[in-house]
Amino acid sequence: MSSSETALIAADRLSITRQGRSILQDVSLEVGAGDFITIVGPNGAGKTMLLKAMMGLERIDSGAVTRRPGLRIGYVPQRLVADATIPLSVRHFLQLRTRVSAPTLERAAEETGITAHLDCPLHVLSGGELQRVLLARALLGRPDVLILDEPAQNLDVGGQLGFYKLLERLYREHGLTILMVSHDLHLVMASTKKVVCLFHHICCSGEPHVVTRDPEFIALFGDDMARLMAVYHHEHHHEHEEGHTHGHA
Amino acid sequence: MATLDPFLWRALLAGMMVAAIAAPLGCFAVWRRMAYFGDSLAHSALLGVALGILSGMGVMPGVVAVCALFALLLLWLQQKKLLATDTLLGILAHSALSLGMVAISVLNAPGLDLQAYLFGDILAVRTEELRWIAGGGALVLAVLLAHWPSLVLMTIHEDLARAEGVRTLRCQCVLMFLMTVAVAVSLHVVGILLMTSLLIIPAATARQFARSPEAMAVGAALIGILAVAGGLYASLTWDTPSGPSIVSSAAGMFFFLLPIGAAIRKRG
Repeated sequence: MSSSETALIAADRLSITRQGRSILQDVSLEVGAGDFITIVGPNGAGKTMLLKAMMGLERIDSGAVTRRPGLRIGYVPQRLVADATIPLSVRHFLQLRTRVSAPTLERAAEETGITAHLDCPLHVLSGGELQRVLLARALLGRPDVLILDEPAQNLDVGGQLGFYKLLERLYREHGLTILMVSHDLHLVMASTKKVVCLFHHICCSGEPHVVTRDPEFIALFGDDMARLMAVYHHEHHHEHEEGHTHGHA
Repeated sequence: MATLDPFLWRALLAGMMVAAIAAPLGCFAVWRRMAYFGDSLAHSALLGVALGILSGMGVMPGVVAVCALFALLLLWLQQKKLLATDTLLGILAHSALSLGMVAISVLNAPGLDLQAYLFGDILAVRTEELRWIAGGGALVLAVLLAHWPSLVLMTIHEDLARAEGVRTLRCQCVLMFLMTVAVAVSLHVVGILLMTSLLIIPAATARQFARSPEAMAVGAALIGILAVAGGLYASLTWDTPSGPSIVSSAAGMFFFLLPIGAAIRKRG
């Protein structure tokens, strides 16, 4: 069991039941340094519950989750509903509860492309800008693991592309470890090292191009999706120049 | 300049302290949509008054005890998730108010001025109550200051706060408890029925101008203090009831400053 000793977070035969309904059954998942794991699955499959359990925020009914002692987690939730009733600038939000030096803050803002918005109130930002602010906040905590829960769910297609491109760049440049729930598998195929297909239990997992051919994956998402994935995978192996667009007309 | 009678000094001091205590809590009431909660908590205070007198504990400890029980009962019912919070508050608030009225009528205490508890009687504040207000206020502000960043982060995004190690359930309880203390100490100033306005109006007015949560809290305190001074002055000059006068002057400031705030924001 050498792999579980080096894991940053490990779920071992994790089961969670809520109000008589089984949400997660026997889920085992390890997150090691440098991993880029994408969890996919239909709505209500227990994806968010799994993330929260991995972070230690949910009561576990059986099994165990272990985190490396002192592990720093950066969390990017699905969305931030910034309320106009509370006056809070982006800069102030990034500094809440954490002491960060001005240069560190400026650098994180620059990397996530929110420098121009630093002194704006949170509630005037667009959905895409807010997600990048959340990403900046997560990065400022110098996380060992970055956990994202459908971070581009509420963005338009352009916003999704931009967000995942940024995430991929940060992953490469910072040597991050990423555990993410995402429906947009086709957009993160290139960087994802491991796809976990979840429907209360782990249906299948492995490298993206393997998983998308798995009968379980096809049963869950349908033939079309699997074929779509195969196409994307093919493309990513041939084209890697900056600014290329997906999908041939 | 006319010298102020001691009772006026006490009234002014009590009012200003209460305004300063209510201001930051009022901000949370505005941000977290707890206005109805504050109102309900205040309604339950009457039962606390009755039980405080009945048990010999004194009015303030009685109010704190009953309001704290009220908050816990609400928290427990909320966990059941069967009924919406506003439904629960509607049930709890008015049953507590009715029970309080019944208890007071049964008690039939001579000299108990129901009107003073419902609308406040700041001019009758005694030194003993002043001490309660000062003590309670110091407690509220100290606890609030210690938890401030966590409370603000929790208000912005609860799961994010939890992921970053904020114990949100504890923070929620802390906030409820502080509101309880604030209700107890504001009882004599504006009374049960007008309590929420002292929380909400200064905070809502300060929102027009504030650019940070802290500025909003400080601004709300200043506006609250001005409203107390103005209300007290009006009460003395025209012999109007003190509690409603204070709330009226706060409301006057809100509507006067509303267009000014909008104009400033428009200019950027």
